[in-house]
Amino acid sequence: MTDETAPPVTIVDAAPPARTMLYLSGVSVSFDGFRALNNLSIIVHPAEMLAIIGPNGAGKTTMMDIITGKTRADAGDVLFDDTIDLRKLDEAKIANLGIGRKFQKPTVFESQTVWDNLLLALKKPRGVFPTLFYGADNDDVTRIDDILRIIRLSGRKGDLAAGLSHGQKQWLEIGMLLAQDPKLLLVDEPVAGMTDAETVETAKLLKDIAMTRSVVVVEHDMSFVRELGCRVTCLAEGSVLAEGTLDQVSANPVVIERYLGR
Amino acid sequence: MITRFLLRALDRKAIWLIVALVAVSILVPVANLVVPAGNPLHLDAVWVPLLGKYLTWAMLALALDLVWGYCGILSLGHGAFFALGGYAMGMYLMRQIGARGVYANPILPDFMVFLNWKALPWYWYGFDMFWFAAMMVALAPGLLALLFGWFAFRSRVTGVYLSIITQAMTYALLLAFFRNDMGFGGNNGLTDFKDILGFNVQAEATRAALFAVTALFLAAAVLVCSGIVNSKLGNVMIAIRDAESRARFLGYRVDNVKLFAFVVSAIIAGIAGALYVPQVGIINPNEFSPANSIEVVIWTAVGGRGTIIGPILGAILVNAGKSYFTAALPDYWLYALGALFMLTTIFLPQGIVGLVLGRGRKRRAPNNPSGRSEPLPARSAEAEAGEEVGILSPRAAE
Repeated sequence: MTDETAPPVTIVDAAPPARTMLYLSGVSVSFDGFRALNNLSIIVHPAEMLAIIGPNGAGKTTMMDIITGKTRADAGDVLFDDTIDLRKLDEAKIANLGIGRKFQKPTVFESQTVWDNLLLALKKPRGVFPTLFYGADNDDVTRIDDILRIIRLSGRKGDLAAGLSHGQKQWLEIGMLLAQDPKLLLVDEPVAGMTDAETVETAKLLKDIAMTRSVVVVEHDMSFVRELGCRVTCLAEGSVLAEGTLDQVSANPVVIERYLGR
Repeated sequence: MITRFLLRALDRKAIWLIVALVAVSILVPVANLVVPAGNPLHLDAVWVPLLGKYLTWAMLALALDLVWGYCGILSLGHGAFFALGGYAMGMYLMRQIGARGVYANPILPDFMVFLNWKALPWYWYGFDMFWFAAMMVALAPGLLALLFGWFAFRSRVTGVYLSIITQAMTYALLLAFFRNDMGFGGNNGLTDFKDILGFNVQAEATRAALFAVTALFLAAAVLVCSGIVNSKLGNVMIAIRDAESRARFLGYRVDNVKLFAFVVSAIIAGIAGALYVPQVGIINPNEFSPANSIEVVIWTAVGGRGTIIGPILGAILVNAGKSYFTAALPDYWLYALGALFMLTTIFLPQGIVGLVLGRGRKRRAPNNPSGRSEPLPARSAEAEAGEEVGILSPRAAE
């Protein structure tokens, strides 16, 4: 899955690429008068990783809901790949454009095997009849085997997903993201409930993925964010509080007061 | 494409079930017609339509299981599709009576003459032809399911709310079919049938043939349902059942998948109804009664939802029990049914099949790319809500 010719990870001080993979500008949304997002603007470039930190209720999950079409923005622009307006599309269309999402709580299909979970995620026509008459060809089998190797679940491919440990479910979900072959991955708290060793492995895996794709990671675990070594945005009360490297952001007095210091 | 579908449909369990049904379709008529009376293997003629009726109910339960057990749509209105198929067949049988009715009108069925109708309503046209009626057996329930499902699933009506409106749908149809001016015989329904395809419906040989046809249609329904649930679409259906919004974020059009399953299921239910009517000799609006649809849910739950054989077993066993109980202890049947449902819900969430297979559950062959999913687990996680899954609400809320 790592492509040798892919551009390296873009760090914040490198020359910005001309294109944007995700462009949020002035996005606001309220629920019954509560402003979950307030004039939020975020840009993610191709093959770039962005970590989003911030206190509970800062709007991180709402932001993902807006991008994936679960929630509609009241105002602002949400553009994917420079030109595609995501505000008008539903979840399935947005997913098929190449935006994959991993939820905070691992949500794999528990009553199905690890293999079937990946098969469901595999990038293939999603219509009723192509799915009804689908048969896995050799490429698909190879691809799933590759992903199984990447997420270290080759030995468990015939087991029900319900039997996996918490960390393994997180990895399976990351594998499902990979199988979707998305251009943009939205990853919500990937290391919650993982051991330290698993956390390090996950950081490595995400960095590999970000060689070729854009990745947005929402995470509370600061040591994990440091491990990622990417650009960091701190959200609070629905808008951007600070941006930069982790050191810059965590040295920011406002961030210390509103988030880290608490 | 079709070959692949059929090959996948015929997993080991489905083959055995189909072989058994084909055998039954031969053995029961032989035991009834060929084996002489007095021989211990002789099957008395009263049994043939009774067993045939059980098999049509088994087919109805299988249809319900396709949407409920595999896709999480708890329809409490499947009796409506069964009844619509039954009415389509009943209309054909009425037209076959011809001038042999009480009023000897060659075109109008008796109840229309009685109501002083002068001409056949337009929607009765064509039902004198078997092929047309057979088409309507599938089309009428299929179209209703398509319309109903289109609005319900697109508006993301799920869980108990969907169950309630399916119940309302069958109740509305019950009231409509009770009305005399609907032109379907009012509360008497359609009855006094004489011929089907030129054969006397009362004749033993016809009844044996109807039984055989029913068993074969049930075998075909097993083939179709097994093919669907063994395909990747079956995995998608189970994914929708267990975590609907997760499936949506993977890019699947949940409403289309549900609509497909719902329409296929309604057509199977309609065919079951059409096979039921000539064997019992009557179709009336009571077939639409909400309690009927709820009973189908009980059969399916008792047998084991999320399996192909479960609903078939459940329908046959519960109805055999009903036949026995209503004769032996008529006052207690409803209590027994209620107790059965509660016991199943509490102690056997996977029904009889779960009880039998529960301990022998094996791991998937690791090298089987299309490894099949196991029957419904006792509980399964929903994407966000994570609520506990009860038997009546596969997904209570989004």
